[in-house]
Amino acid sequence: MTPLFLASTEVWLDQLVNGLTTGSIYALIALGYTMVYGVLQLINFAHGEVFMLGSFAGYGTLVALGGNDLSGGMVAVALILAFLAAGGASLGTAVAVERVAYRPLRNAPRLAPLISAIGVSVLLSHLVDDGFLNGGAKFYPQIFPDGDIELGPLQVTYLQLFLMGSSLAMMGVLYWIVQQTKTGRAIRAVAESRDNAALMGVNVNRTIVVTFALGAVLAGFAGVLYGLFFSSIRGSMGFLPGVKAFTAAVLGGIGSIPGAVVGGYFLGLTETVGRELLNEIPGVNLPNQWKDVIAFALLVLVLIFRPTGIFGQKESKRA
Amino acid sequence: MALLSLRGLVAGYGGITAIKGIDIDVDEGEIVTLIGSNGAGKSTTLRAISGLVRPRSGTVAFDGAAIDRLPVHEIVKAGISQVPEGRGIFHRLTVYENLQLGAFQRSDAGVASDYERVFALFPRLRERARQTAGTLSGGEQQMLSMGRALMARPRLLLLDEPSMGLSPILVDAIFATIRQIREQGATILLVEQNALMALEVADRAYVIESGLITLKGAGAELAKDDSVRRAYLGEA
Ligand SMILES: Nc1ncnc2c1ncn2[C@@H]1O[C@H](COP(=O)(O)OP(=O)(O)O)[C@@H](O)[C@H]1O
Ligand SMILES: [Mg+2]
Repeated sequence: MTPLFLASTEVWLDQLVNGLTTGSIYALIALGYTMVYGVLQLINFAHGEVFMLGSFAGYGTLVALGGNDLSGGMVAVALILAFLAAGGASLGTAVAVERVAYRPLRNAPRLAPLISAIGVSVLLSHLVDDGFLNGGAKFYPQIFPDGDIELGPLQVTYLQLFLMGSSLAMMGVLYWIVQQTKTGRAIRAVAESRDNAALMGVNVNRTIVVTFALGAVLAGFAGVLYGLFFSSIRGSMGFLPGVKAFTAAVLGGIGSIPGAVVGGYFLGLTETVGRELLNEIPGVNLPNQWKDVIAFALLVLVLIFRPTGIFGQKESKRA
Repeated sequence: MALLSLRGLVAGYGGITAIKGIDIDVDEGEIVTLIGSNGAGKSTTLRAISGLVRPRSGTVAFDGAAIDRLPVHEIVKAGISQVPEGRGIFHRLTVYENLQLGAFQRSDAGVASDYERVFALFPRLRERARQTAGTLSGGEQQMLSMGRALMARPRLLLLDEPSMGLSPILVDAIFATIRQIREQGATILLVEQNALMALEVADRAYVIESGLITLKGAGAELAKDDSVRRAYLGEA
């Protein structure tokens, strides 16, 4: 019997797991883009750098606690502290950026905050790369327990399992906050109409800050996962995941929370499984870097054929 | 002393001065109506009271304290709720969530019984509590907007054209509700283009034209005024 595909089952399953792993990171970052867009109709282009600074805070924490020498139960403690530090650093960055770069421009033409966002993004990434690292990189301590789970041809490392599982848990918590809490209701109300939310007694500025903060904590969390998984981190590390997460948010329908999650996984899978599919075409053999080409080709196609994305709503009616 | 008093209130948008020095008083327990044609400055007056538009000059005093520099949510907290023109409901939230938002500033024990009070006033809202508000009909949305404002237990209720876009039967229902709310002791400032119904329900009335108050008096009196009848009650 001739096999249906050139690639083996193992390769396909590997790509599936890889896709879900990077997809988790895209989804976590994409949530920040989509939530801020939801309340402000602003693309927070500094969000990739919020992710980057979270990753560095996590790195600093792990190194300070012993780095590669960490073992046993201390690994778990160090990881928890790293996540807390990353969440805190990202939150602080995002809140400061909102206050300094966006709020003063709240009533300016829409292009103004976009340009100030790009300015903050470039400033932060270069500050880290040129100011502190002199063009070099840092490497996350390899502390996560090695090993994997095998289910027939399916092979998943503990790190990948942790990454996918903890991302899902974080997204679950976010979903609960947005859907079930008073703060979440305020966020959804502000997203529909700032004026009408204010008429309910909602403090709109505070709600906007909370929205930035929630997205930032998820990005900081993603920064640590990224460091654990890809190891090398640098000031410019936020750029590609940032733009891709933005792509994921647009894919899902910017402003939509489920859309950001679905878009994140969809993009992760398209990059990996999609590339493998193209490689099935006789004579085609795309190296790994083609995943970026595929991601952005997808963005362009979505923008042309379905600019509102998968879950996109039309601009809500405003009185 | 009046519960609400506007003195020399001036407000507008960019180059437009929409209200040009307005004095209005609303006493505790009164229904006061502000009538005038489209573009006269009625909504701007309510928006200035709620803080959505900053007055350029003049004062808004509520219960004796100036509120014209407070942020919008603080004005709500002080006790003023508005049912805005076009209803301003949150389409993607459920009916119940809209009502919860109405009580956003409250944490007292009375909130639970106020849902019952609103559901008693508008039984349709109870039936549709779990539905997204965007699926409601226009009349139901108006009920939701009023019920939501009542959830704040406001000391002053601002209503901006609650009858707009509704069928005559629904308009009657809305005005019946306004009477009901006032019997429960509410103080209301009602903006209307439907002058006939507004004058009927109101204790006192003001007429606004091009951003200025041109007439004021008891509701029944203004309903008999010739110029009012010609301009707003469709008489020749
Ligand atoms: N957002 C706005 N921007 C610019 N002008 C406005 C705005 N809202 C209202 N206006 C203008 O202000 C004036 C008063 O409007 P408004 O208070 O809405 O009148 P009314 O409620 O009596 O119909 C009108 O000339 C209207 O065109
Ligand atoms: Mg109006």
